[in-house]
Amino acid sequence: MEDFYKEYILDHYRNPRNFGHLERVDASAEDLNPLCGDKIKFELEIEDGRVKDVRFSGKGCAISQASASMLTEEIKGQKLEDVARLPISKVLENIGIGISPTRMKCATLGLKVLKSAALGEIAGWPDEDVTGTTASRP
Amino acid sequence: MIAVDERAERIAHDFPILARRTSRGKRLAFLDSAASSQKPRAVLDALVNFYERDYANIHRGVYELAERATNAFEGAREKVAGFINAEPAEIVWTRNTTEAINLVSFSWGMQNLRPGDAILTSQLEHHSNLVPWQLLAAKTGAELRFIEVDEFGIHRLDDLDRKLEGVKLVAVSHVSNSLGTILPLAEIVPRAHAAGAVVLVDAAQSVPHMEVDVRALDVDFLAASGHKMCGPTGIGFLYGKRALLEAMPPFLTGGDMIKSVGYEQTTFNEIPWKFEAGTSNIADAVALGAAVDYLQEIGMGWIRDHERSLTAYALERLRELEPRGLAVYGPPAGTERGGIISFNFGDIHAHDLASLLDVEGVAVRAGHHCTMPLMEKMGWPATARASFYLYNTEEDVEQLISALHKAAQIFKLA
Repeated sequence: MEDFYKEYILDHYRNPRNFGHLERVDASAEDLNPLCGDKIKFELEIEDGRVKDVRFSGKGCAISQASASMLTEEIKGQKLEDVARLPISKVLENIGIGISPTRMKCATLGLKVLKSAALGEIAGWPDEDVTGTTASRP
Repeated sequence: MIAVDERAERIAHDFPILARRTSRGKRLAFLDSAASSQKPRAVLDALVNFYERDYANIHRGVYELAERATNAFEGAREKVAGFINAEPAEIVWTRNTTEAINLVSFSWGMQNLRPGDAILTSQLEHHSNLVPWQLLAAKTGAELRFIEVDEFGIHRLDDLDRKLEGVKLVAVSHVSNSLGTILPLAEIVPRAHAAGAVVLVDAAQSVPHMEVDVRALDVDFLAASGHKMCGPTGIGFLYGKRALLEAMPPFLTGGDMIKSVGYEQTTFNEIPWKFEAGTSNIADAVALGAAVDYLQEIGMGWIRDHERSLTAYALERLRELEPRGLAVYGPPAGTERGGIISFNFGDIHAHDLASLLDVEGVAVRAGHHCTMPLMEKMGWPATARASFYLYNTEEDVEQLISALHKAAQIFKLA
């Protein structure tokens, strides 16, 4: 059980990196995990097709919060196209502990939201259309 | 208490799954019966025996097997009826509590509600006793009102009579699935009736755990699920007073619910079959009958007493973790509550907590427990929930407490 929650997961959970809101938001998305009610929002500032700055906000378990926090550290300076293509294996690698199928949604919630923010920006959707996905969920 | 616990230990032996170890080799402390209960050998045997010896489609066949199947199916209905002191004709088989509530919403609701009418429910409801009324209100133009709850999740009834003005339907749960609050039906039902309202009770968390007498309570509709009362999944029931059921239009239509069918017109069957279109879940109904036999043999009074003392014991043991940040929600100590305890521990998210407890073989639920508006109102993103049943023992509580200590260690709580 001791290796179940690694030190760095607790660190990201209690001291999330890039947590909060941006002054200038070029793209954003928000979603929730209907299983547990966890909610995550990503805000991106974009310059020349690259992520200049990023913030995330919301509430959730250590797995979902640490996973989102670790992503924010990695994507600064990355091309939007690359962010939109980030694979699930990336977050699993970041978390570094075995994730059961039921917790997979927690681990990947941040990634899903981040990618929909990036994809929405690439497609030229207004932010409302992206964040609007939350409203219709049960 | 000791004698009570010894009996529960013997009862636990009736449930094959409780003897199994987890994949990490831990003893299983199953504390999630509010979501679904485990099944005793007697119910599993009844299910297999029925398929092996008595199975055929019901009501139509004239051969011996069809007759035996019909008798078993209708016999199970009699058992369920007897269990809650109803007549067999007043018991309609459904898949679960949710379907039973939807039946009332679509059939009785669409027939009886008009713009200007009101539906009264509470802030504690499971989504299954909220969403159907939201939709019914939207379809009929009726208003949806709420009995408010305080910070302990206890109903505020001081303004009930004012809230009941214009109400045609009161739809409330008997025992809250997320907090264990017990609704004082004896106080509410007469006041609702005096206001001219019909009362539907979501009894998913009460019928499995305590004696429920629909005549004594004088409720009009009552819905429950078989899988929460030692029965199989996929079978539940709606109780409705005879006169109400007879006046209601069918919900689902098709085979078996008819008396005679022409190309243009159909005469519907009598209650309860009027509401049971298509081939029913025959075998699971029969097995639910066996579950009722099993529960009655043990005695609902004993089950309630056992859960009451186990819950009191668990609340007392959880207190030792309060200095480390454990917070218990729901009715304060000393108040009557069902065998359900919702809690959070320090800054550990309920999902993480449930994962950590799972490693130690302790199965608890984590999340919003299908009561999202209540969680939002209380300001809890999620809670962990331990719930007890007849097979739980003090050893299960010990295992929970020791797993919580380990979780505190891992999350470095003071």
